[in-house]
Formats: sequence, structure tokens, C-alpha cells
Amino acid sequence: MIHFVILINRQGKVRLTKWYSPYSQKERTKVIRELSGLILARGPKLCSFVDWRGFRVVYRRYASLYFCICIDQDDNELEILEITHHYVEILDRYFGSVCELDLIFNFHKAYYILDEILIAGELQESSKRTVARLISAQDSLVEAAKEQENSITNIIAHATK
Amino acid sequence: MVTINRDSKISRRKHQHQDSKLCFPLQFHHGTENLSSAKESSFPVFVHKPSIGVRIHHSLAVRPPPPRSSPPEEFSLLHFAKLEQLKTIGRELAMGSQGGFGQSKEFLDLVKSIGEARSKAEEDRIVLHEIETLKRRIIEPDIPKRKMKEFIIRLVYVEMLGHNASFGYIHAVKMTHDDNILLKRTGYLAVTLFLNEDHDLIILIVNTIQKDLKSDNFLVVCAALNACCRLINEETIPAVLPQVVDLLNHPKEAVRKKAIMALHRFYQKSPSAVSHLVSNFRKKLSDNDPSVMGATLCPLYDLIAIDANPYKDLVISFVSILKQVAERRLPKSYDYHQMPAPFIQIKLLKILALLGSGDKNASGHMYTVVHDIIRKADLSSNIGNAVLYEAMCCAAAIHPNTKLLEATVDAISRFLKSDSHNLKYMGIDALGRLIKVSPEVAEQHQLAVIDCLEDPDDTLKRKTFELLYKMTKSSNVEVIVDRMIDYMININDSHYKTEISSRCVELAEQFAPSNQWFIQTMNRVFEHAGDLVNIKVAHNLMRLIAEGFGEDDDNADSQLRLSAVESYLGLIGKPKLPSTFLQVICWVLGEYGTACGKFSASYITGKLCDVAEAYSTDDTVKAYAVAALMKIYAFEIAAGRKVDILPECQALIEEQLASHSTDLQQRAYELQAVIALDPQSVESVLPFDASCEDIEVDKSLSFLNSYVQQALEKGAQPYIPEEQRSGIPAISSFISRSHHGPSSHGLRFEAYELSKPVPQPKPSPPSLVPSTELVPVSEPSYSRETHQTSLARLETNVGSNEIKLRLDGVQKKWGSPSYSSPTPSTSSPSSQHAVNGVSQHDGASSVSSKARDSSSDYWKQQPKISPEKQKLAASLFGGIAKAEKRATTSSQGPTKAVETKSVVEKAPMAAPAPPLPDLLDLGEPDNNSGNSSAASDPFKQLEGLLEPGQGTSCANNSNPTSSSKDSDLIGLYGSIPTSGQNNLIFGSSTPNTASKNGHETNAAALLSQGTKGPNLKDALQKDSLVRQMGVTPTNQNPNLFKDLLG
Repeated sequence: MIHFVILINRQGKVRLTKWYSPYSQKERTKVIRELSGLILARGPKLCSFVDWRGFRVVYRRYASLYFCICIDQDDNELEILEITHHYVEILDRYFGSVCELDLIFNFHKAYYILDEILIAGELQESSKRTVARLISAQDSLVEAAKEQENSITNIIAHATK
Repeated sequence: MVTINRDSKISRRKHQHQDSKLCFPLQFHHGTENLSSAKESSFPVFVHKPSIGVRIHHSLAVRPPPPRSSPPEEFSLLHFAKLEQLKTIGRELAMGSQGGFGQSKEFLDLVKSIGEARSKAEEDRIVLHEIETLKRRIIEPDIPKRKMKEFIIRLVYVEMLGHNASFGYIHAVKMTHDDNILLKRTGYLAVTLFLNEDHDLIILIVNTIQKDLKSDNFLVVCAALNACCRLINEETIPAVLPQVVDLLNHPKEAVRKKAIMALHRFYQKSPSAVSHLVSNFRKKLSDNDPSVMGATLCPLYDLIAIDANPYKDLVISFVSILKQVAERRLPKSYDYHQMPAPFIQIKLLKILALLGSGDKNASGHMYTVVHDIIRKADLSSNIGNAVLYEAMCCAAAIHPNTKLLEATVDAISRFLKSDSHNLKYMGIDALGRLIKVSPEVAEQHQLAVIDCLEDPDDTLKRKTFELLYKMTKSSNVEVIVDRMIDYMININDSHYKTEISSRCVELAEQFAPSNQWFIQTMNRVFEHAGDLVNIKVAHNLMRLIAEGFGEDDDNADSQLRLSAVESYLGLIGKPKLPSTFLQVICWVLGEYGTACGKFSASYITGKLCDVAEAYSTDDTVKAYAVAALMKIYAFEIAAGRKVDILPECQALIEEQLASHSTDLQQRAYELQAVIALDPQSVESVLPFDASCEDIEVDKSLSFLNSYVQQALEKGAQPYIPEEQRSGIPAISSFISRSHHGPSSHGLRFEAYELSKPVPQPKPSPPSLVPSTELVPVSEPSYSRETHQTSLARLETNVGSNEIKLRLDGVQKKWGSPSYSSPTPSTSSPSSQHAVNGVSQHDGASSVSSKARDSSSDYWKQQPKISPEKQKLAASLFGGIAKAEKRATTSSQGPTKAVETKSVVEKAPMAAPAPPLPDLLDLGEPDNNSGNSSAASDPFKQLEGLLEPGQGTSCANNSNPTSSSKDSDLIGLYGSIPTSGQNNLIFGSSTPNTASKNGHETNAAALLSQGTKGPNLKDALQKDSLVRQMGVTPTNQNPNLFKDLLG
């Protein structure tokens, strides 16, 4: 089971955190601090896995961004690496050549996409197309809602003038 | 109409904002000097270098005509207005049109300023300021919903950065109640990120979730199901369970899938609540949609892991699904890097491993499909290896099959020979699994294993230790435990230190070749990780020394004790020993310090006093020391010798008599009392070496009977057990109700019935508790050292499940050396022998050494295996019985040859995460800059590229002085396949005077995005957009723009 997903960049700045097991705010900060110290210090040729407090953290670097996923000891580490890649590919497809900046400004979208891939600490969807379809369905709904809202605010704005 | 309206709003907002200065050219020019010294965060083009501004005017003014000679100042004033207008419009259009960046300027500024914060402290300051703002504004009345949504997202951001945003949780909860799906979704996102399942606010969301689960819009249902997985706890499961179960048959597969996952989550939280629904998982396995089927595998895996038996009938289904998946029967969209649905394959293999383990019949169905998967595995891709690894695990777990195991061994050797650390790691892991089935496998890979053991990568090293731990035998225990302890000493990670030290202890207890070695090993473990090992280990060690090794040979026992006492007396002077270790030392010295007669009582007591003084802050150690003193004096008295208490002991005891710790005080008083007794009583109170004798405890306290009788006769009230007392029915019924289990206890989610005459609640019979256990006395963290208590502890330990010394099978071995290490010799021929095992037949070794000498690259790279390594290999792997050895060595030569060959081919595994160099380190872009034909007039090109909506003002390449560089850049862009309409907007962060490096950065960033082909336009738009917002790739974060997948 996946316990959490964290995205940090080379400078140790947090870009996204998703917790599937309960951690208090204090613990979260500590976890991030510990892990960024552990992972950012590792050389490029070493394993992409780190033992940490009896769990295993699988990380993968994309440009300057590290995707870290914490799993149980007996999970398949290579699979987790590919789940990370799966996520990045979907992000890439959605944002169009995704870069760190997209995730900074659209972190909530990154969360929505993650929610379609992982749920309750398990991989729920391995088809990129299905995820893309769901996300675009949500987006179109959001667009519709936005239009509606705008027109209402317009009406109100006009009415109050 | 709509956009314009929004624009005007935004620009109004901007006017209030500090940056709005920039919108007014006149002001801008006044402010330049001040601003240039200000923080670099915003619009560096203008702020940094006014000269760039000048350049830009050229670009605009000059476009068709050549540059005029009039002073640039006027130009700037004149054209800045236009430019700024353009820029403002462009920016706002961009922000409005790009859905993703639809947040307000304030928020973008926040993100930006955090992005550019130089230190954690600065970041914290910014965030705290933001929190203050939000706190103030979020409670304002009549906030528009859109604004509220943004506040919530800002809260999420604040919380993501590790700050407390709990003041806003309630607003997020409120937002989930909204009818607008946009807001609802944001609300759900926020609450799932904010709240844990035990948060008080959950109860406010349950009702909404209930309602949303019934929604017509499947996206609303999906959002609610997502929230279910995160927020519904044991108490609230009944509230949503019926709806979730209904959703299992929802027409949309996305909903069915999420409903399955939600049920799975419920099952994890409270198996009893959903146990009657487990059959649904089986049913859903045959769902038409592969993603629903895939999701069903998660709960089934969990269920089978708990008890495989009810699911044995599914083996054939699983096998056939796996077969179909492997044969690409699933839709193409499940393919991942040309592998057919690898994630589903992996899950299925995991399930099969569980179902087939220890079941010959079930395993029989699996051999073919697993073998096929291993055979056809795609070794070039990471995902192929992931599936292969899972298949190997499956092969090792199910009932062994020779063919399958052979294939597995082959695959493992490929992993181990790989260059990738990840694969080596997986190979070691698989080896650890396989070794249980066929222990001789490790031998073939001994050198690879030792390489991994000596690898600088800690993760790999630890995995290798895990493997060694699994293959420890009495023949190699010394080497392995030695290595482990050496490693343990040098690490700081206390978690792993605990783990590895307890493994050392376990191995030492299990396989110790001699008690001498055992005690020394334990001493080392305690010395370096004493505070991390379980206290039980210390108790075990004490008991071991007390009981001896289960032999009747008293002589051996006293030998053991003597050696323990001697080693402890040697260690006791060392500074900073861990507390646990000191406890053991004190106890052993107290029990056996004087037993052998080698050390005098005063010597031992002196040492004990030293310990108590040196660790005066540690009450536990002091208590052990005082108890030990008491025992030594008692033994002296019992033996009829005169006790003369050393002055420092006397001082210690007196000090303890007045100790703040009641326990220490009591011990000191007991000591005084014991010393004052006559020899006979002392001997019966503290008999020598009796810590293992049983003590009978009269639990019924029958010796008090007469006293009770007396009291009753005097008219005292007889004792009534608590449960029979009247007068507290209300409480007891309340308690009993709360004991009732989750079904009656918990929250109600149905509406209340109309009031009816309430039947008197019948107090259910309270659970009977034996009165003796009514007052549970918590054991002190350390056991008292009087015999009574230590014995009682031993008694309780017998029942408890703990690490114990395994005495079976090792008894006769002690004392006689069953293990002889090969004599290390430095001459190369004999060390070659050692590589292949300890004692090998010459023929076999010559074959293998020939194989090694053959000119393979592998051995060229490592022409000599160091003698230490060979020795290590021999001592680790060489302990196998000879007959076995013969069998394996005969096959060793050829396999080695094959293996070496496979290494030469340099395994084609793609490195899973190729280290991406920083942008700044990228190769010189000049290499690509050959064609500068497109560079004739950059501005014409720019003009053509500008779309009206994407007004840009950042072009900075017009400076004639840097034309050569410009042409380089343009050349770069020219090489990108562009049609005329791409938005080519140049980064503006680096002025011409800046280092060339900066140009390279931008160019490379754009280039790397440009190579994407169809996405070029997107990428450039994005790039321009963020630049307009003032985010620039500074030296600190040069990779912001870099494609993650680049």
C-alpha cells in the first residue's frame, strides 16, 4: 500500500503532498524534512529506493523534481517507479510538456489527476486514456459551471450598477 | 463581454497592488532607481536594467525603419505607454484564458514569492503573512463564492507547505455543501487533504457525502467516493455503506471502480462492518470493464492474504485472466510501454503467489503462465523488469517447480549482473526469496552478492544484509554477524540500527558456535546499540547467563559466567555505555561477580559503586547497582564472611536512602535491612544462584484468612465484589452499553423516530471480571532485583511470545569447532580455489578458473578479485556440506562462463531515471546554431508570431551589440520546426550584459520544450505566460521550465 506521495524539488521545496495514511501536521513536516535530507543527498547512480523508518521510499527524478512514494517493505519497487512514470506521463499529456512550473501553479489539478490514478493508497486506474477521459469530463463540467457563474455575476453586476 | 468585464476587474485590482506602478510608464521611470534596488521578484526586465527598456523601444519603434539617433529617453517615455498597455492586456488575457492560471494576482504573487524565497525562514515569513491575510479575509461577510474557492486553494497551498491552516477547515467543509460542482469539487479536494478520518468535522461532511452519492451526475458521485476513501471512519461507515454498495452496479465504470475501492477501504478500516459484502468483490471480478476488474484485485489480494482457503476456487479464473492479459486481450489503452496491462499482471501474480504457496494442486495451474511470463519478459524496460520480478517472486512462493526455478535463477543472474543498481537490488531481493526454496542458489552469485555488500549505496547494502540474514547458518554466522555489527556501528539511522541489532541478536542466539563468542557478540551489540535493542533482549541475555545453556554441565555454566563477569569487568570502565547494557552488567556482577572466587566482594562492590556514580542521572541503572550490592553482601553474609562495606558504598546507600525515587529508596532500605539479618535468614531471603527457581505465589492470600475472620467477628462488613454492589446501576449499564461492540455503539444517521413510550433499558449483565485482576498493577519498566520479582518476571516471560534462545539443535556443537575457516593465503592460485568454495575438486576449479581467465571484458574490468573478497566469499558461502558442493561445482564452470558473457553484452536495461543534468550544464547550444538564416530580422519574426491575445513585451533581443549572440539564439529557434504562428516569446531574465550562460539557459529551456513538436506552442505559451507573471528561471531554480519528461 502507498502511504504517501510527495513531490519535492532539488532545493527541497514541496510541490505536492498526498497522504494516504494518517499523519498529523507535525509528523508531515518531519517526514518531508527527513526525506528531503535523505533523498536529495543521494547520488545519481544509486538505487531509487531508500529505507526509511521501516518503510521504503521509492523516488524518481524528473528534471529538478523528485517524485517520492512511500510503500511497505514487501511491495514491488519497480512497479512503484512505473506508477510514478505513469502519473508523469498523464500530467504531460494533460499539461502538454509538463514542467515544474505547471505543478506549482496548478497544484490542485495535479491533485485531481492523482486522485484518478491512486485511491486509498492503491493504483486504481492503469489506463491513461481512461484517466484522460475522466479528467476532461471534469474539466468540461468546470468550464460549464464557470460560464454559468460568470453570466450570473455579470447579471448581478449589471443589475447593481 | 465576459472577458472584458473580468479584465477590468483584474486591472482595477492591480492598480491597488504594488506592482501596479509598472502599469504607468511615467511612474515607472521615476521609480526605476528605487525599484532596481528592490527585490528581484517582479518583472526583472524593467526592474533590473532600465537599459533593456530602451532596447525594447527600439524594437517597437524601429520596426520597419532603422534606429534613429534621437536620445532614447524620449522614446522610452513615448513608447512605454503603448508597450505597457500591450503588456497588461496580454497578461490579463493570458491569465483569463488559460484555465489553469485562473487564480487571482494575489495568489500568483504568493506562489511566485514563495518560489523565489531564498531561505526557509523567508518562506515561513511569507506563509505566515499569508495565513494572517487569509484569517482576516475568510471571515468577511458575503465573500463571493469564486473568491472563497480561491481562499480554500490558498489554504491548501499553505498547508502543503507545512503550516497550520486549521482555521479554514470549516470553510472547506462548507464548500462541499455547495451545489455548484466546481466549488463542491474544490471543497472535497480540500477536505480530503486537510482532514484525517478522526477529525471532528467529519461528521459535518457525512450528510453531504450521503447526498452526493445519490447524485445524477457521475462526477459528483466520483468526488464523493474519493472523499469516502479518505474521510469515512469506522463509525461513519454504516452511514454510507448502503449507497456505496448500490453504486457497485452503477452504469458508469468509473463509479463502479471507485465504489470497489471505497468498499476495500472500508474493509481495511473495519472488516466486521463489510464482511457480509465480501462476495461482491468476487462478483465484480467478472465485470465487463477491465479497470473495474483491475480495481477488484486490490481487495481480493488483501482478503486472500488473510485467508487464502475460501478463494482457492478462483485460481483457475485468475490464471485465465492473467493468460488473457499476457496475450494482449485487453484494450490497447491498458498497454504501458508496449507491455500489456503490466499493473494488472503484477497484481495477479501477487495473488497467485498467495494462493499457490504451499498448495501443490493450485500451483500446478500456474506453472505454464508464470513460466511464459518469465520467458517472454521484456528486459529492456523497467516495467518489463517489474513484471519479471513479480513473476520470480511468484515462482519462489508457490510449490516449487524445477523448470520454473531454473528460469527464475537465470533471471536473477541477469538482474545481478546488470549495471543498474535498481536491478541489482531487485535481484538480491529475489535471491532472498528463492533461497528459502533452493538454498544452493546463492552460491552461484557469491561474488555479485559480495559486490553488493561492499557497494557504497546504503540501500543496496541493507538489502544484501537482509539476504545474508536469510542465509545464515551455523557455519557462517560469525562472519555475517561480524559484518552486520561493523556496519551497525557506522550508521546513525536509529530505526535501521534497531532492526539490524535485533537481527544480530537473533542470529547470535540461534546459531552461536560458542558461548564465548556469544557473549562477546552481545557485548558489542549492546555497547553500540544498547539503547535501541529491545529490553527483552537484555532480559534474555541475563536469563541465558543464569540458566546456562540448558545443559546439565555445571562446569560449562560457571565457565560461561566467569567469562561474562570478566568481560564485563573489562568493559565497565568505558565511558558512556548504554543504560540497558549497564543493567545487564550490574545484574550479572551482582549474581555471579563473587561466585567463582576470583574477584573479591570489595572489588566488585567498588566497581558497582563507580557505575552508580558515573550514571547518577539514570535511576534504573542505580537501582540495578543497589540491588547488585545487596546480593553481594547477602552472599558474603550467607557464606559466613565478614562484610566490610566500602566507604563509597556506604555513601551511595545513604544517598539513596534519601532519594526522590521511592523505588531507589526502598531498595536502599531493603539493603540495610538485609545486611542486619543473621546468616540463615539472609540465605533464605537471597539464596545464591536461585534466580531461575520457581516461587510459589499464594494468589488467594489464604494466609490472611484468620485476619479477615477476626475482623468479621469484630463486626466488620463482609467484602462484596464490585459487580454485586447495588447503587451504581446507571453507570454499569452505561459502561456495558459502551462495551457492546460497534453495531449498537456509534452514531445514527437515520432520522429519529417519532417519540414513543421508551421501554426501560435493561441493563445487560456486566462482564464478570475476576476480582483479582481488578487492580492491574503496571509493571515497572525494570524488574526489581529481589528474587521474588525476577522470578515472577521469568514466569510471565515464559508465556509471552518473544525472542528466545533456540536451544535445539545446537547443544552438542559448542566447544568443538564445527567450523574451520579456510586459511587465507595470499598466493593467487589458492585464492582462486577459495573463490569457488572452500574445498573444491581440482578439476572443477580448473574449469572455472579457465572460464574466468578467458578474455571476457568482465574480468578485464576486474582483473583481480581481491583476496579479502575471496576469503569473504568462502566464509559466507563455503559452509555447505561437501556432497552438495560437488553437485553444484560441477555445474558452476559453465554457468559462470555464460554469465560472464551476458555481462559483456552490457545488459540493455534502460536506466530507469537517467540523471538529468541541470540546464546550466547542458552542452553548448552553439553546436546547434549553425543555421542563422531565420535570424535576419528577429522582430519581423516576432511580430508574425505574436497572436493578438498573447501580447508580449519581453522581447529583448534587439540590442545590436549582441547581434552575434542573438543570431545564435534565433538559430536555435529556427531549427525548431515552426510554422509562422508560434508564439515565440523570449525570456527576458537575462540582459545582454549578463553572462552567456543565461542565454543558454533560456535557449536550452525553450529548445527542450521545442523538441516536443506538437506541444511546442503550448510550451511556449506557458513559458511566456509565466514570464509575464514575473517568474523567471533564476540560478536557484533553473529547471522550472524544464520538461519533466524531457
